[in-house]
Order: sequence, then structure tokens, then C-alpha cells
Amino acid sequence: MTLCLEIPGFLNKDNIAWQSMLKQLKDLHAQAIEELNKVDNPRELELWRIRHLGKKSSLTQILRSLAALPLEERREVGAQANEIKRALESSLEEKGKLLQEALLTSPRESQRLDVTLPGRPLPTGRLHPTTQILKEICDVFKSMGFQVIEGPDVEWDYYNFGALNIPQHHPARDMFATLWIDVGMGEKARLLRTHTSPMQIRLMEKERPPIRAIVPGRAYRYEATDATHESMFYQVEGLAVDKGITLADLKGTLFEFCRCIFGEERKVRFRCDYFPFVEPGVEVAIGCLACNGAGCRLCGYSGWLEILGAGMVHPDVLARVDINPKLYSGFAFGLGVERIPMLRYGIDDIRLFYSNDLRFLRQF
Amino acid sequence: MKVSLKWLRDYIDVKLTAGELAESLTMAGLEVKSIQAIGGTWDNVVIGEVIALNPHPNADRLKLATVDLGTEQVTTVCGAPNISLGQRVTFAHIGARLIDPHTGEAIVLEPAKIRGVVSEGMVCSEKELGISESHEGILVLPPEAPIGVPLGAYLGDVILDLDVTPNRPDCLSVIGIAREIAALTGEPLCLPEIHYEETEESIDSFATVNLAEPDLCPRYCASLITGIKIAPSPSWLQQRLNSCGMRPINNVVDVTNYVMLEYGQPLHAFDYHKLKGRQIIVRRAGNGETITTLDGSERALNPDILVIADKEEAVAVAGIMGGLDSEVMDKTDTILLESANFNQATIRRGCSHLQFQSEASIRFDKGLNSGLPLLPLKRATQLLLELAGGRAAKGIIDVYPGKSEPKLISLTTREVKRLSGLKVNIDEILKVLKALGFECQEGDSGSQILVSVPYWRSDIKCSADLVEEVVRILGYEKIPITRLSSPLPRQESGLSLPAQRSNLKEKLCNILTGFGFQEILTYSLVSLEKLQKLSPKLELKLPPLKVANPMTREQEYLRTSLRAGLLATLAHNQKFEQAGIRLFEIGKVFLPQHHPVIASEAKQSQEERELPQEKEVFCAVLSGARAELSWQADKEPLDFFDAKGIVENILNQLGLKASFENSDDEGLFPGRGANIIVEDDKVGIVGDLHPKVTQAFELSNTICLIEIDLEKVLTKLTGTKEYQPIPRFPSVTRDIALVIDEQVSYGGVEEIIQSFPLVTKVTLFDLYRGEQIAEGKKSFAIRIVYQSPSHTLTDEEVDQTQEQMLARLHQELGATLRS
Repeated sequence: MTLCLEIPGFLNKDNIAWQSMLKQLKDLHAQAIEELNKVDNPRELELWRIRHLGKKSSLTQILRSLAALPLEERREVGAQANEIKRALESSLEEKGKLLQEALLTSPRESQRLDVTLPGRPLPTGRLHPTTQILKEICDVFKSMGFQVIEGPDVEWDYYNFGALNIPQHHPARDMFATLWIDVGMGEKARLLRTHTSPMQIRLMEKERPPIRAIVPGRAYRYEATDATHESMFYQVEGLAVDKGITLADLKGTLFEFCRCIFGEERKVRFRCDYFPFVEPGVEVAIGCLACNGAGCRLCGYSGWLEILGAGMVHPDVLARVDINPKLYSGFAFGLGVERIPMLRYGIDDIRLFYSNDLRFLRQF
Repeated sequence: MKVSLKWLRDYIDVKLTAGELAESLTMAGLEVKSIQAIGGTWDNVVIGEVIALNPHPNADRLKLATVDLGTEQVTTVCGAPNISLGQRVTFAHIGARLIDPHTGEAIVLEPAKIRGVVSEGMVCSEKELGISESHEGILVLPPEAPIGVPLGAYLGDVILDLDVTPNRPDCLSVIGIAREIAALTGEPLCLPEIHYEETEESIDSFATVNLAEPDLCPRYCASLITGIKIAPSPSWLQQRLNSCGMRPINNVVDVTNYVMLEYGQPLHAFDYHKLKGRQIIVRRAGNGETITTLDGSERALNPDILVIADKEEAVAVAGIMGGLDSEVMDKTDTILLESANFNQATIRRGCSHLQFQSEASIRFDKGLNSGLPLLPLKRATQLLLELAGGRAAKGIIDVYPGKSEPKLISLTTREVKRLSGLKVNIDEILKVLKALGFECQEGDSGSQILVSVPYWRSDIKCSADLVEEVVRILGYEKIPITRLSSPLPRQESGLSLPAQRSNLKEKLCNILTGFGFQEILTYSLVSLEKLQKLSPKLELKLPPLKVANPMTREQEYLRTSLRAGLLATLAHNQKFEQAGIRLFEIGKVFLPQHHPVIASEAKQSQEERELPQEKEVFCAVLSGARAELSWQADKEPLDFFDAKGIVENILNQLGLKASFENSDDEGLFPGRGANIIVEDDKVGIVGDLHPKVTQAFELSNTICLIEIDLEKVLTKLTGTKEYQPIPRFPSVTRDIALVIDEQVSYGGVEEIIQSFPLVTKVTLFDLYRGEQIAEGKKSFAIRIVYQSPSHTLTDEEVDQTQEQMLARLHQELGATLRS
């Protein structure tokens, strides 16, 4: 019986075979889709691809066996199989995209980080507060066309004093307690410059007007150190020489400097003062940062903080460097550098600057 | 200089408040440091007369004093021992603000019953009024003190403390300041009228003056007064001296001081009878000569010091201090009054020899005008006749070898504008200068004047000085605010040397801070000991420059190396810092010129050669853990290769190619330090600090040091970079493993590999010793990138190159491919 039953099938072998093949393809498709729906990660998706679209997959087997079929059936089954293959491939692609999307939008638990854990530490480097303010100061003057130059710390008496109208025994020498270099008998006196002003002379000896330069650098004083006095400190010297430079230009330049460094609102005072190498002489003060002019200990109850000395280059100084004071004029200024961060950050002891305690330096 | 507002009012009507006056003077160049109000709190204190004194019913030591206040009479309990009938005293009503003499604190007087008697107020001591510390008795006012007048109106004053600049000794005087105020406010100045009677007997018959050094004493004036009576000065005079911070002594000394404060001219009174030979000789002191000065100390003199002498010996140090022997004493009846002018430099030298300054010397050493002495001398003579009696001899001795014609300076409105930027007309200029006492002649043009400098000014020498006078009195606030409009200075093409230098420094700062280095700035001056400690043998190869007058031993020598400062800073901070420390400094070292190391370097002018060479150096130290303690961190310590990596990075960013060779720098641990070579020139070192140096600076851990000579680096920087085209053809990468003798250094291997033109990059990615490698050998794993700018490389080409490469490595270094 069974044999009989099989006979028609056998007789009609091709017919039966392609019928079942079609069904098989249908089942394959349905099963693949069902499995695909369960896939939830790229690794499983790859396995699914191998299972259903790989070389050893049933679908590939069927496609390979098509050659044995008669033309007509081959056409029908082939069309069907290829259609399913394309459908699966497109489902695969779609699923792949979905999984990728899911991965990008909602990471799995194992991928989560404790974001409160500290980051991998990198060492932090900083510039010394003096270097920082020097850069700030130089930038302001550079923007006004000043060149930045430097000069020697060890100087001749002539450049530090004589050429600046401070000959031996001049009363203004009291303003500059000097550290002298130990020299042999008969040698010319050398010293650690007490201000950056000697560079005015060196610059004018070398260059002809127009001159417009600033000189940042160290200066030294023979002075017992305390909270407001250091034996070494930084200054920035400024010099502009040409025809027609006036006290008004000096005022404009220094007011602009104060505006950039201390802000638009800060009051600035421009008053007469005396320095032997300028005439007329000027002192610039700003409204006290601590009391805003009301008077406090910081400003000695004056409401003002002196920040620099300046003036028109003295005609004798110009004449000494062969610049005709009747034709040319110029201004010069010298400002103390540490004073600015001290005022700005409320640093009450200048000695902190060059004792280089990292607990101090790291605050800037 | 302290100046009393009351005293100023003798010469000028001051309408400004003290604050406004201070502001005005400060702006004009005479800075007022402080304003002190005397009697500002004496609201309820008035002057009265003691008209009755009765014993206190319940206390032996207390008295009941009745004080007449003009409009009323009050009774008060008083315990002061010095109270007596008829005295003018100060009476404080209930509610007066006083000082508690025991605590020194401000109090308000309250009604009190003292031993059963009600006191309606109190009679005050100086301390209670805040005038002085005196509390032994009550303050007794002079008999002319007006009864019923508030004490503030009588004794109150405002003291301005002025910071007089060294160019203005004329303002070390009340009249000088009054003159400034006159110019600033436009009020007229009223100077004292000087007039006195003289006897028939000429001063020349009493004394002669001989100036042995006319250059050092351009002028000497003297007057003589006989029959003088030494006594305390009247209270007004004492008060004025006190208000300016000077102690009253007697009428003669006080007058000389008073006139000095008034005119700024120091004066000295000699006891005439103590001047031997009736003569004054102004001469240099002799070698070994001594004088006992007024303060009782014996002072050794020398020929640099000018003295006033009589026939026999020095009687005063000229312009500085009088001698004890010729001092005015209680019995003095004839005085010779000196008003002279001395050379400013001589006075300064004298003061520095004697280590002493006086009110006189601080005026003379600023350089007083030789025109000044006469008028103050007459003024003092006048006051002495009024206050100490006596008779003035006829005439004045005036020896004036230094006399010169008054200087005339031309000034134009154009010059004022040219220097100050302020446009002023000739009338404004004239007004200011005349108010300051300058005599002005108007020129023909109407815009020019000829100015003669008054006898009290010594600071006006050229037209710029006059411009300042005009502008400061008109007010600096009137100067317009303008921007520089002159042409900019010449700019070199590309970067000038200073610009290159600052660029280099800025670049280094950026790189180093980026790598976590903290910049430090250390003193240029160091101790000899610290410099010595940089050598394991404590030897100094470079003798540093020494400061002749150092403040401390710690700052006695100019640094020849930045290492000392960095290591000392590292040692200081290691105490507080757990993590690794990275520090750097860019700064100058000072190399004396006679040293052979630098003799051959850059040519310098003759003069420059004598100054030390100031060379900029970059120096860095690193030590401790590579990273801070952390759950993720690299816990290894910083080592040589961290330091070398920094160096390579720096040079790379500067566009410099460097090689490294073993260094014999004595500060480095032998075998663990390298010289940095750029173009066959040593530009610096990198290595581990010598352990002996580490120890000497009391440091812990291994310290790595980098030092780069910026002057040398600057010579290597070409300044311009040339663009290289990006390679168009693909590269080929090959890895090889070489086995090589332990003694062979890697540098040689890389050099051979790099010598093949097709090689564009060589990377050592592993160094292996141990199993599978023979004893005494090591293995380098190296990645080589080949590339040609002209075509795509074929395998054959690369194979061929590599074969040649391996052959050379084998031949020259004995390297074999690891199997």
C-alpha cells in the first residue's frame, strides 16, 4: 500500500518534487523570519546569516539543486527561491540596521560607565604668575606698536645712573639702593640694574627715531625684604621717541594700558612727579582695588595705588645719545610688575613670588 | 616734611579744605602722604581761667577749682599737682570727647560725683586732649590765651605730611609750600617783613670769614648779636616746632630751626666767645682730625668732609652738625649766626662718612640755591632780637665767591604745546610763572618770554623744566588724551633676533606647560654653597660674579647655572608634594667674561666684553611618580626616557634634528646622561642627576634634568620653514627583529636604517632580553616605513633595500635577523 501510494508520486515525481520544494521554500522563509525576529545582537545576526544564507544553508542547497529540475519547474522554483533569498537578504540588512541603531541609541548594561569615577590624571602645567602678567602687559603694548626687547641685568654705573641724569652724589641716588658687583681696584663700577631704565639709553644709542619699544626684565635693590619689598623684582620699561610726541600721547598710552589691565571702570590718576631722567615727570595711580577710593590700609588711606612712574624724556638724556631735543621728543615709563597680580589677587606678601612654593604657584 | 596749616595761613589765605588742599598739592607734584587734624574732637572744650581754688571737703589731694569761662563760672574737682590760681587752662564740658589717660581709648565725658562733690566737667591734661603723652599735670596755656574761646579755634591745627621730591628742597619749607598754594589757588603770598635795628659797631670788627674751599662753599653769610639772653622760646614758637616734629631747645636754637622750616635755609648759631681768633674758616678737615658734635659723640673726620673752623680747630661739620664746644649755652651772650651754602655732593659724602643725617644736611644734600642764605639770615636776626633781646652788629658778612648771573631761559607757547600737548596762551603761562616767583620778560613775538629763575629754586635749568611748572600748576588733568600718531619703528623682514628669542621662549613655555611642567622663577643671586653643590666634587668650574654688598649670604653670587635654583625649589616642594614634580625655568645665567668657555664666542664690543655674558638657558627637572595616585594611573616613576621624550618633542616642534651621545657633564650620573647634539654642536644635556648632587640638595628619588642653551638653539633656528609636498604614493611597512650585542647602542642601528633614502620612518617598538635570546645579546623590534616620492614601491624594491640594509647591519654592527 505504501508502495502504491508512492507510485503516483513517483510517476509524477517531478510534479511532486517541485510542489514540496515550493513548500519547503515557504517553510524555510517563515522559519528564517521567525528566527530573525528573535535575533537581538550582531553576533547572532551573523550566525543567522550563515544558517540561512550561508553556503551550507538549505536555501543555497535548493538553489544548487535547481539544475537537476526540468526547465519549467526549474524556472518556477528558481524564481521562488531567488525571491526568498532577496527577501531574506533585505530582512537581514534591515535587521542589521535596526541592531546598529539600537546599539547606538540604547547601550546595554555592560556598556554603562560609572561616570563619577575620576578621569585618568594628567599633570597640569602653569606659567609663573609673573610670566603671565608680563605676557598680558607686553600684549597690550604690542597692540600699540611697541617692540619688545631685553637688556642686561648687570650694568655700568653710567647706564643705570649717569646717562639718566643721576651723577655721583645726586640726591636721587637715595631712591635707588644699589647692589654693586665686586670689582677689582681701578675697574669701572658695575652693578645690578636698579631699574630697567638703562635700556632707554642702550636703545637710543643703537636706534634712531622713530623708537617705540618696551623692555621687560629684572631689577634689583639693596633692600631688606618684607611683605612689600623684594631685593629682586620685575619692571617693564617703555620708550617712544620721535618728532611731535607729547605728554598727551603718554597720557593716552598709559590710560589705554590701565583700561586693558584694570578695566574700563577703574579710575586713573595722572599727576606730576619727579624722576631725574624725565621732564615733565608723571606718576600714574589707579583707584584702590580694595576700597574703591574710600581709603583703606592697602592704599595708605589715600584711595590711590601708585602703579608707575613716567614722563617726557629729559632733553639732557636725548642730547647725550645724540638725539636733538629741539627736534625730537619722547616719553618713557617704568612699571612694577608684581604689584599688578598682588592687587588683582589680593596677594599680601611679595616674597611669595620667588620662593616658588607650588601651593602658591598652582593658584594661578 | 610736616607743615602746619595754621602756620601756612601766616603767608596765604587758604580757602580750600585740608582734603582739597592735599589733593591739589599732590596733583601738582607735592604728594601729601597724610593729613592729621589736631583738635578735631575738641567740640566741648573751651579756654578758661582758674579764679578760685578750694580744698576738697573729703579728700586731701583733690581740689575744687572754679574756672571762669567768660559767660559762666564752673566748679570742678581737680587732682593735678600743677594747678594754680590765675592759670589759663582747658575745660572740658560734659559730653566732650577725650582720651582716657589710662587706657588710651576715646571716651565721652560723663557727669560724675567725685568723693561726694559734683564735677561739672574737667580740666584736661595734654594726654586727655590727645596732644601728647604728657599726663603729669594739666595743660597750662599762655596768659594771652583768650577766655571762653573753644580750644579748637586756639590750639587746633591740621598737619600735612608731604613727601617732597629730591628736586624741590625749596618745598622743605613752609614758605615754599605756601608759594605752591599761591600758584595753585591764585591767592596772594604775604611774606614776613624784615626789619631790625643795628648798632654802630660793624660786624667786621667782630669776626672775619675765610673760605679756603670756595667750590665747596659758594657762599657764607653771618650776622652777630650781642647781649642776648638765652631762655625758653615763647609757646607759639614751641608749638610750631612741635607741629613740624622738632623739639624746642632754647630761643636761639629754636629760632634757627624755625627759620629753617620757614625758608628752607639751614642756619647755625655759634657762641661767639668760644670762637678762637674771632674767625671763621671754611676748610676741608685734616686727616686724623676729630670733632665732638652736638650729640656728644666724637667723630673722626677726613679731607672729604668740609668743616667750619676757628683759628685752631673745627667748630662744626659744615652743613651737617654743630660742634659741642661752640654750642649755644645758657650763659651765651653773643652769637654768630651762620647762613651759608655748601656743595651738595660734599654734604652727601660727609653724611655717608659720618653715617649721619640732620635736618640741615637733608636740605643741603638736595642742592640749595646760593641765592637763598641772605634773607633767612636777616629774618632769624630779626626774630632773635625780638625773642632773645640783644643788639645786632652793623651789617652782614657775605662772602659769595660762587655768585653768578641769574639764568635766563626762553619759553614759547609752541614749546609748551610741543612737549605737553596742551595748548596755552602766553598770559596763562605768565600768570603761573609769576605766581611761582619767576620774573618774566615778554619777547617781541607775543608767544615767547624770557624767564629768570628765582633765588630759591635750584631745579629749573631748561625750558622743559618750565613746561612742567606751567603744566603742573594748570593741572595735569587738563592734558588731553591722545594716541601715538608718529610712524611705527622700522621692522626687520621676518623675525628680528629679539622677536625670535621671545618666540622661542614662548614656544618652550607652551610645550612645557602642556606636558604638565610648572614654571618657576628663581633669584638671580644665589649662595656660593649652592653653586658648589652642583658638582659632586664641590668644585666650581666657573667662578661666579660676586656682589660687593650682598643683603644675605643666600644672595651673594650671580648664578652661573639655573640648576641650583631648580633643585632647591624641588627640595622645598618635595616636602609637601606626594605626586611627581615637574619644574622648569627659563632665565639668565651670568658668565664672567674672562672665562675660556665664552672667550671664543660671539664677538662683542670692547665695553660689552667687560660685562658678564648673560646667557639665556632653559632648565627643567622632573622627579617622582609619572602620574598622580589614581585608580587608573601609571604608577611608574619618571625616568630618563620621560626627560628625553620632552627634549625630542621640543626639538621636533622647533624643527631641529638632534642626536644624543653619552655626556660627561659632572652634574649627571655617569652613564645615565646624554649630550644633545644639533648640527655637531652640543646645545644641552639630558640625564639623571648625579646621586651626590641629589644628596647635597637633600632630594629624594631619582631626579632627571634637562638643560638647553637657548643662545645656541637660536643660532640653529633658520627662521624659515619650507613646505614639503604630501606623499602621493603608498608606503610599505615592514617589521624586523634584530639580535645584536648588548654593547651596541640603538643609535647606530637607526642611523644605518635611516641612511637608505626610501626609508621615511623608523620606530623601535620593542626591546627584548631574556629567553630565546643568547646571553649578552638583545633584540630590537623595529618598524620601517618605505616610501618613494616618485612611484608606488614594488615588493622587489623593498626586498632589495632591506637586504642591503640587513647586510650593512650585520657587517657593521654584527646584527642578525631574529629567527
